[in-house]
Amino acid sequence: MTALLLTLLCATAVAVLRMRGLFAAVMLMGIFSFLGAGWMLLLDAPDVALTEAAVGAGISTILALATLALTTRKAKRPVRPSALPLAVVTITGAALLYGTLDMPRFGDPEAPASNYPQPSYVERTDHDIHIPNVVTAVLGSYRGYDTLGETVVIFTAGIAVLVLLRGSRKRRPAADGGEDAA
Amino acid sequence: MILAAVLAAIIVTMGLALVRAGKGPTVFDRILALNMFGTKTVLLIAVIGFITGRPDFLDLGLVYALINFIGVIAVLRFSKYGDFADPDREKAS
Repeated sequence: MTALLLTLLCATAVAVLRMRGLFAAVMLMGIFSFLGAGWMLLLDAPDVALTEAAVGAGISTILALATLALTTRKAKRPVRPSALPLAVVTITGAALLYGTLDMPRFGDPEAPASNYPQPSYVERTDHDIHIPNVVTAVLGSYRGYDTLGETVVIFTAGIAVLVLLRGSRKRRPAADGGEDAA
Repeated sequence: MILAAVLAAIIVTMGLALVRAGKGPTVFDRILALNMFGTKTVLLIAVIGFITGRPDFLDLGLVYALINFIGVIAVLRFSKYGDFADPDREKAS
């Protein structure tokens, strides 16, 4: 199941890379986000999946489309073959894969991730916070101020992007859209 | 057994939607592919929830459906007006 979703993810990524029409690329990125969110859900991370769907499939798509409205809908063809970037990406990917060899197996009860925040959180959550999901309890209550800070950062970033997009639209009237350039 | 068949069908449909989003040719093919893919993700979440015996992720599927709906409306507005601006206000200014 996971392998199937990952295959679809890879296919989408390759399709995005080969796409020259930017509108189609944005659509495919939305699909990529949905796939990624489904995959994270399979890995039992519903909070991350929720964020991925809201940010990746929702806000990113809209921001990318707003950017397309301000710029152009077609990517330029690269002028010369890019051997060096390919080599850099390959080496970095190989290093990352090598790094995963040291990681504990998925769901290993002996892993630091399963032991480090005191397992007593799992026992106390129901009594302290009265909600069944431990991750939500830690994010929303035990680390509430941390989450508040993160939300403020994201909110500020969103306002900044909106101000940038609006400001440049006032100076330049919107271009006509309607037909796909791909 | 039935759930497994449904799961396989959903995955195949996802692949088909992916192909349609990649090939196009019109902008509406791609938008519809994106919309359908979102719907299939909701179904996938529901089916997986029942296969693993934990239907509590259904809430997540509902949120995905809402995000998908709003996203498609935004994309359609963009493809019609080339912009997210309110068309009435644009005319007035």
